[in-house]
Formats: sequence, structure tokens, C-alpha cells
Amino acid sequence: MWRYVLKRALLAVSIIFSISLITFLILNVLPGDPVAMMLGEFADANKIREVRHNMGLDLPLWQQYLQWITNLLRGDFGSSYFQKKPVLFLILQAFQYTSYLAAMAYIIALIIGLFMGIIAAVNHGSWLDRFLMSISVLGISAPSFWVAILLQIYIGLKFKIFPVSGVQTSIGYVLPAIALGTRYAASISRVTRASMMEVMGQDFIRTAYAKGLAPFRIVMVHIFRNALIPVITIIGADIGSLLTGSMITENVFNIPGIGKLLIDAINRRDIPLVQGGVIYVAAVCVIIYFIVDVLYAVVNPNIRFGEK
Amino acid sequence: MTKSMTLKLDSFGKEIVKIDKPHGYYYESFRIFRKNKVAMVSMGVLILLILLAIAAPLITSFDPDKQVLSERLLSPGVKGHLFGTDEFGRDIFTRCIYGCRISLSVGIISQLIASVIGYLMGVSAGYFGKRADDVISFLIQVFSSIPFLLFAMALMYALGSGLLNLYLSLGLLSWANTARLIRGQVLTLKQQEYIQACIVNGGSSTRIIFKHLLPNCIPMLIITNTLGIPSAILTEASLSFLGLGVPSPTASWGAMISSAQTYIRTNTYYSLFPGLFIIASVMAFNMLGDGLRDALDPKLHK
Repeated sequence: MWRYVLKRALLAVSIIFSISLITFLILNVLPGDPVAMMLGEFADANKIREVRHNMGLDLPLWQQYLQWITNLLRGDFGSSYFQKKPVLFLILQAFQYTSYLAAMAYIIALIIGLFMGIIAAVNHGSWLDRFLMSISVLGISAPSFWVAILLQIYIGLKFKIFPVSGVQTSIGYVLPAIALGTRYAASISRVTRASMMEVMGQDFIRTAYAKGLAPFRIVMVHIFRNALIPVITIIGADIGSLLTGSMITENVFNIPGIGKLLIDAINRRDIPLVQGGVIYVAAVCVIIYFIVDVLYAVVNPNIRFGEK
Repeated sequence: MTKSMTLKLDSFGKEIVKIDKPHGYYYESFRIFRKNKVAMVSMGVLILLILLAIAAPLITSFDPDKQVLSERLLSPGVKGHLFGTDEFGRDIFTRCIYGCRISLSVGIISQLIASVIGYLMGVSAGYFGKRADDVISFLIQVFSSIPFLLFAMALMYALGSGLLNLYLSLGLLSWANTARLIRGQVLTLKQQEYIQACIVNGGSSTRIIFKHLLPNCIPMLIITNTLGIPSAILTEASLSFLGLGVPSPTASWGAMISSAQTYIRTNTYYSLFPGLFIIASVMAFNMLGDGLRDALDPKLHK
């Protein structure tokens, strides 16, 4: 077990390093002078040279990368060019909102998705099943920012209960969380339905019915519990896209999360903040994948013994 | 597969035995695909969208980018504007149709790029093995852990907005899944006799990779390509929504929804229409992909 964890941990660390290299290359090697972009078109050459020197951009690339990565390891993400604050401070502050929104969205998605999936599986083949599954196809195909705007128009502005902008109170999270959660609710309902159907065909379920157990008990205890494993499996895969998806929803609802921070940084050409934000979110995703991997191994011995 | 024999005598009185060739793999697949109603309907929707994209100037008489400030923010149906007009007096229906060009081309071309990279990576990993496999497998893991939208944002930021850059960055970010599947496929194919025979006969690697392995990987490439398109379309819409997609006057669904945000209190329909186009195209590609996966599965062939 510990061998497996160690192996996975090493892999996660090397993936994070590779991603940091890719991030660095994307933002530093590709055409366009970041400083000239940052200072705007009217900056004079001397100023550009000075800023380049201050930021260490006149050093050879590999030195810049080494410097950046050693600073990162010490927890120094540099400081934002415009906000004049440490990048890490800004990111951590914003990330609270993002992770809160993502967690809310996923809880809503789980509740709706599991409920829809169970109803559809129990009534499979009926019009209700077809109706629920058509809705889930719609949910998977709709972009979250569009759902967000529809929610603003048809719920936020109509009923005046949920604010359409900002999160001064936690009720402000409701609409963004629904908008972000829709697509996950849809995919969870499909997976739940499929895996419930698979369990339903098995012998022990027939036995349970034959014993005369209450149908509700059979569905919830016998079928649902056994159908949960594939559902848990997709949670891990969803987390990365959940965090980045949250970044877009934040922009619609004006939530000061990491998405808003990054987009503002991109629009102001604030390189240190963009670079720090990208590597931070990517690293969080990789670490979560790692944790999920280890948890699977704990739950499912096949995985850890399957690995050499 | 149908086999039938016909017996005939030719002019010299000799028997001619004619055996109909068994129908090929793709013919069988097409036969299965044709029976799948959902897939056929989505195919129809896609053909319609592609026709709209190509024939856009013939369908609408409005110019997608021309501003008519006297006709700003009209409701649907007013003055011949089917979906109304936007804040610059441009016809929303026209812009939706021209938006097909961006979304469909980004979806299709970026996934073609991803397929080429994915095939080359996967086949090199599976065929050459050893060090090549280690390096490529690691790259596959790195690229599948990368948050797609986040790095699409970073790439578009670095490259600058534009159609060509969209093709490139989405293509560069989405090859990992294809490569993983192709690698697995090639590992199995490599064990088969005809490939072994070709290796023993001294067939060059290039010949094996392109002449023998590629045709066997085409069905898988078709499926991953089709199923990759919807997420590319959604990502393009998100990027354009954030202002990182195509530059400003060009009509793109995501960008239209973004500008509609300001008018949610007055013009509720404005944001509705581009979203419906996104849903229609994404749904159609998803269901077409599912249909193709069923049709191309050799286990389901008779």
C-alpha cells in the first residue's frame, strides 16, 4: 500500500513540475514581449528595459525558470504588477470563494443527479425515464455561463430572492452553484442510471425481491449502495473541470474568485499573477487527483495489487 | 455478410462462377448506423448547421458586422429581424449563422489536429515501446492532468486571440485521450501475425505505422474525434465569452452571450438564441459520436 502511495506521490510531483515548465514556456517563450504588453503601447524603451531587468527577464530562459521554480517552492509567487500585493496572498484569498462555489455546486449536482438517476433507473423504459434522460442530455450540452444567464433572467430578476451579482451573503451562491452544477448533475444522473440498471439485473436482487423485502429498501440498500462505486469514480475526474468551470461562472455572477482574478489579470497583462494563478490551480487539480487515486486504492484492493 | 453464387455459361460454354464480395467493414457499419434514429437525426442537424455555415450569405440578406445604430436592440420579429438585433443594430439571426462558421470549424479542425498528434504519439509509444513509451506515457499523463480550459486561456493569452490560434491551442491540449487509446490499440495489434510477418519481412517502421496500423486505428480515431468536438465547441464558446476567442467584431456564439449579459433586464431573448445554437451543435455531435461508436464496434457486426 505505501509503495503504491509513494509511487503515485512521485508521479504527482513530477507532473506538477512538468506543468510548471509548460506554463513557463507558454507565458515566456511564445511570441510577444510580456513587458511591452504589460506596459501598453506607449511605454518608452528605457522603461521597458528597466522593468525587464527588475523582473529578471533579461537573464537566459533556463535561469529565469530555475529562479521562478525555486521561488515557488519557497512559497514566493512574486507580486502582482498592478495590485502590488503578493500573488500567493491574492490567490489564496480568491481561492476560498472558488472552492466554496465548486463544493456547493457539486453537492447540489450530487443531490439532483442521484435523485434523477434513481428515479430513471427504477422506471426504466417509461416516459419518465426518457424525459429525465433527455433533460440530462440537454444539461450536458448547455454551457454553464448560458445556464447562469438564464437563471439570472428567469429566476434572479423575476423573484428577487436570489441576487444576480456578488456574494455578500451566502444566499448569493445559490444561483451560481446551480448554474455550475447543472452539467455535473446531468452526467451523475446518467452514470447512476446505468450502474443501477446493471446491479438490478443481478441474482441477489431477485433473491431480495423473492424474500419479500420492501421494494424501497431493496432500491436504496441493495441496488443503490452497490451502484455507487462507478458514481464515486467520476467524482475524481470531475474536480478539475469543476474548478475551471467555476472560474467562468464567477465572471457571470461577479464573484471575486480565482476565475475573476485570472481574467482581470489577463486583461491587465499582469504576468506574475497569471503565471502564479495558472500553476496554483493546476497543482491543486493534480493533488486532488492524487488523493482520489489513493482513496480508490484504499477502497478497491484490485487497483493497488494490479500495479506492479 | 452476404455471399451469393451465380452460375452462368459464357460463350464458350464454360461455367462462370461469380461470388459477390462480402460487404466491407465500413459498409456494415453504415448499415448499423442508418438504423440508429437518434444518430441519423443528429447527423441531419449537423448537415443543416454546416450548410447554414457555408451558405450564410445566401440565407440572410444582412451583414453580420455592419452596425445600424438606428435599429439597436430590436425585439425578435421587428423589421424583418427574426431574432431581433443587438446593441449595435446587427441582426442576431445573421450573427448566429455566421457563428456556426467559427464554432464548427474550431471544433472540427482542432480535433483533426489533436487526432494527428494523438495518433503519432500513441503509435510511437505502442510500436517502439521502451524509452519512447515511457516518455510518451508520461506526457499523456501530464496532458490529461492539465485543466483544459485554464491552459486554453493561458495559450490564447500568450498567442493572442484569433481563429488560427484557437485551432492550434485546442488541438495541442486535447490529444492525450486519443494517444492513450491508440497506444492501447497498437499494443494489441502489434502481437498479430500480419504485423509480425511484416516486421520479419523487413518492412520499414514508416510502412507499418502508416500502411498497416493506421487503417486499423481509423475507426477509433473517428470516434474520439467526433466525441472531442463538443468539448472543443464548448471551450471555444467559453473562451469567446471571456474575450479570449476570436477578435471582437467577428460573430461567435460565446462572445454574443457575453455581450448579451448587459441586457438581461431589457432584452431577454438576446442571450437565448446563441445558447440554443451551442446546445444544438454540442448535442448533435455528442449523439452522432455515440451512434458512430455503436456502429463501428466490430462486435456488433453480423
